[in-house]
Formats: sequence, structure tokens, C-alpha cells
Amino acid sequence: MKVDVVVIGGGAAGMAAALKASEQGARVVLVERDERVGGILNQCIHNGFGLHYFREELTGPEYAERFKKALEEKDIEVLTNTFVKALDVREKKLVVVSEDGIRILETKALVYAAGARERTFGSLMIPGDRPSGIFTAGVAQRFMNVENRLPGKRALILGSGDIGLIMARRLTLEGVEVVGVVERLPYPGGLLRNVIQCLEDFGIPLFLSSTVVEVRGRERLEEVVVAKVDENFQPIPGTEKVFEVDTLILSVGLIPQIELLEDSVEVNPTSKGIATSNLGQTSEGWIFAAGNCTVIYDLVDYVTYEGEMAGKYAALYAKGERFGPKVAVKAGENVMVVQPNWYDPSEELTLYVRTRKVIEKGRLVVGSFEKTFEELVPSEMMRVKIPRRYLNGLSEIVVEVKEE
Amino acid sequence: MSALKRLVCVQCPLGCKISVELSDTNRILSIVGNRCPRGEEYARDELENPKRVLTTSVRVLNGEYPLVSVKTNKPVPKNLVPELMKTIRNLKVEAPIECGSVLVEDVLGTGADLVATRTVRRAKG
Repeated sequence: MKVDVVVIGGGAAGMAAALKASEQGARVVLVERDERVGGILNQCIHNGFGLHYFREELTGPEYAERFKKALEEKDIEVLTNTFVKALDVREKKLVVVSEDGIRILETKALVYAAGARERTFGSLMIPGDRPSGIFTAGVAQRFMNVENRLPGKRALILGSGDIGLIMARRLTLEGVEVVGVVERLPYPGGLLRNVIQCLEDFGIPLFLSSTVVEVRGRERLEEVVVAKVDENFQPIPGTEKVFEVDTLILSVGLIPQIELLEDSVEVNPTSKGIATSNLGQTSEGWIFAAGNCTVIYDLVDYVTYEGEMAGKYAALYAKGERFGPKVAVKAGENVMVVQPNWYDPSEELTLYVRTRKVIEKGRLVVGSFEKTFEELVPSEMMRVKIPRRYLNGLSEIVVEVKEE
Repeated sequence: MSALKRLVCVQCPLGCKISVELSDTNRILSIVGNRCPRGEEYARDELENPKRVLTTSVRVLNGEYPLVSVKTNKPVPKNLVPELMKTIRNLKVEAPIECGSVLVEDVLGTGADLVATRTVRRAKG
């Protein structure tokens, strides 16, 4: 099959990209490995989505459904239960596998929108047994919200990112006793609003500067040992506390999923995701990328904006348009993550920035652009539009946050 | 004498930091820090009768999926949430269900409807 744009991944970024590419007149195929499009939104049944993009507050499934409906109305071929097995970067061909067998897709442009994976228990190197009852938060969320299964009866949560906090509430509402949330940092990883409405509302304790040092259990998890940590995150002997739980939920971070492309395109050194320009274009001209496979975003609304951008420019690329030249964007003082990797003056530069540490009052400096922010925390991403006039004539754009 | 009460608005992910000035009789003198009217409403409710939007799911019969996600279409008193969960746990609805359809009107007399937040088609065969 020959098409203009193939989109890999039917989550928020992929759906937005497919729609925008189709609006530009491109013939689009969307490949999704799950049985339906929507991605992680399908299992995020809580609200808080869409305030930027739709100017109203939606739950995850509602947000996804708007895009699903729009996809159905457009002439976009959606291949569900389909997996991309291989990519031939030079020939612009993809090998896809489904129940129907193997197919080759030939395309002019590609939008890679494969999202992220959760950091697993295995990667944490926690000593002890390897019983059942240990789940990543996303897996537990899918069990509860999509498949109607409870992961256990008494749970401890490791990691206070938003997913961990939201799962603490979800488990509590469904009758699971949540004995606490453990966070190795001295402050919560998720939004303050989630600490309030997910933990404080239900009296769930938050153990800061603490971590899990051992898991015990023969068949099923029986005990989790938690200890305080020092400033280097090393457990402090003598501070151990034993929790009798049958379930441990891990909310310890997301990792951009880049396997299919990592040998073919450049990677953003700050996010470990696929490096892109502000158009979503990667170092391989015909390949675009957007969403959590480029950087872990805070809000799905941002993912939608960047998905649309990648979809639009992938379609223009397929029509024969070329863009550039690009100016490198680099992380400077106090900046841990910055997206995009390059600035292409075809569009204004929208920066996504995470600071390296908590900064009470900081000045974002980009070229001749400056803006003051208060109470910057690494867990909350800044989104800032930099007007073109501040970037004229720069051979490199360094993004810095100066402490005031 | 007045006292200052600090809140973080939970109405949206912006999380405005709101300061409420209270008189010694606990009357609200001023509310500052909110970036929209919902913040002011939240601050008043939070001090008098805290409310939350409840999101959960309801069992589906003969659907392509076993659950339909639901929400209350407006914030409900926080102290009624356990009672609401009990009611919702015993609910079963027959597929198909359209996203946006009302499953329970005025649930437990809260004035809020329980609304489906996804479409669940009927199972094939």
C-alpha cells in the first residue's frame, strides 16, 4: 500500500497528527497496536484534561472520544491490533503485522507517536523476593478502569508522581486500603492539586525522603520495607518500617519509547526521547515525531498541539515542501529538560522546559527573551512561546533559568 | 484580627495558590490568587462545604467492555463520596451506552447527574 503519511501510534499525539495531515489533503494511515485508538487516555478516567485545548474540563475517555469521532469522519485508514515490526529508513517502507498477516506500507512521510513506557520494578534493583502483587501504576490503572479487575486488597504506592497519586485515590474509592505513598524526594512529585484531592481528601499518608528497600513474600507480596533516605537517596540504617501489604504500585517515571527509531534518528539528550524541531521534524527529514516519545509532557493538551504540528508538516513534506535551516536549542543553567531540539523559523518557537531543581523565583532567558517565574519545580513543565524577534540572528539558542 | 488561610485550587491543573482572609468570626473578607471565577467558588466551598467531581466506573452488561467510565456532571459534597461509591458499585447498565448520556439523574439528591464518559457498544454475537 502506498500512502502520503503513516502515523505510528493512536494516542493523543497520533490522533492529532493523523487529523491534521488529513486536513492538508494527505492520504493517511494510522497504525495502532491496541484494539482501539485513544492510547493512555482510555484508562485515565479522572478529569483535568482539555482545559487548554477545548477550554473545558474533560475526563481522559471524553478527550479521546472527540478525536476518535473526528477520525471516523475523515477518510483516514485506522489499522488497530497492528504492530510495526520494522522500518526501512532509506526505502521509506514499514513492515506491519496484524491478525491478517504481514503488510508493507510505502510512505512519503512518517509521524512517530509511540508514547512512553513505564519504568519497571526490575530496573529499580530493589532487594528481596520476587512475588506477585507488584504492578506499575499504568498496568494497575488498566486493570481497574478498563478490565474491571482489582489488583489487591492492601496497597503501598512507590512514587508520588501524578499517576501514583491518582491511583492512590482510585484504589481507595474501590475499597482497597492504601497505607501510604512513598517518595524519595523531599517534596511530592505530582501536582499539589493531586496531593490534596487524592491523598489529603482520603487521609492517605505521604512519606517523603523515603524509599522501598526490600520486598518480601513467597507467592504473593506480604511485606514491603520502607526506609528514610539521605540527600544522596541512600537509605539510612535504623529507619526501616515494615508495611504488611499484598500490593505494591510503582509510579516511578515514564521513559519515551524510541526503540523503532533510535538507530536512525538523533535523540534529545535532555529528555532521552526522539529529537525534533518545533515542526516535529527529526534529524531524518521524512520522519516526524510528537508526544511522549519526544519528551514526557505534563498535559495531554500539549501533546495534541505538538501532534498537530507534526501532522501538518509531515503532510507538507509529503507534498514536496522542504523546511529549515534549523537552529540548535540547548539546555543551559538550571535546565534539566528542553523540547524541541531545533528551532525552524517556519513556525514560532514553543518551548517546553523543566528545571533541574526547585527555584523560588527564576528568570527564563532565551536569546534576548526574558520572563520571570515563581515557584518553579522540576515536576511542573513550563510552556513558553518565544516570539521570532527575540531569536533573530542566533546561531544557537541556549535556554537558561537564572535564580533571582 | 483576621487570619489568612492558604489553599491550592483543585479545579484544574493550573493549581492556583489562593489566599483567603478570614475575620475572627470566620467570615470571608477577601479571596486573592485565583486566576478565574471557579477559583473563588472553590475557595468558598472549600471553607464551608468542600466539593469534588467524582469520577469512577459502572458495570456494563452485554458491552464490548465490562465497564463504562462515569463522572458527576458537577462537584458533589466531599463527605457524600463514600455513599455515592456504594450506590455506584451496585449499579449495572445495559450496553449500548453513548458518551454523555445520563445514567442516574440527581444522584443521591446531590443535584448532580451521573454521566457516561465513554461510548460502550454492544458486544458482538
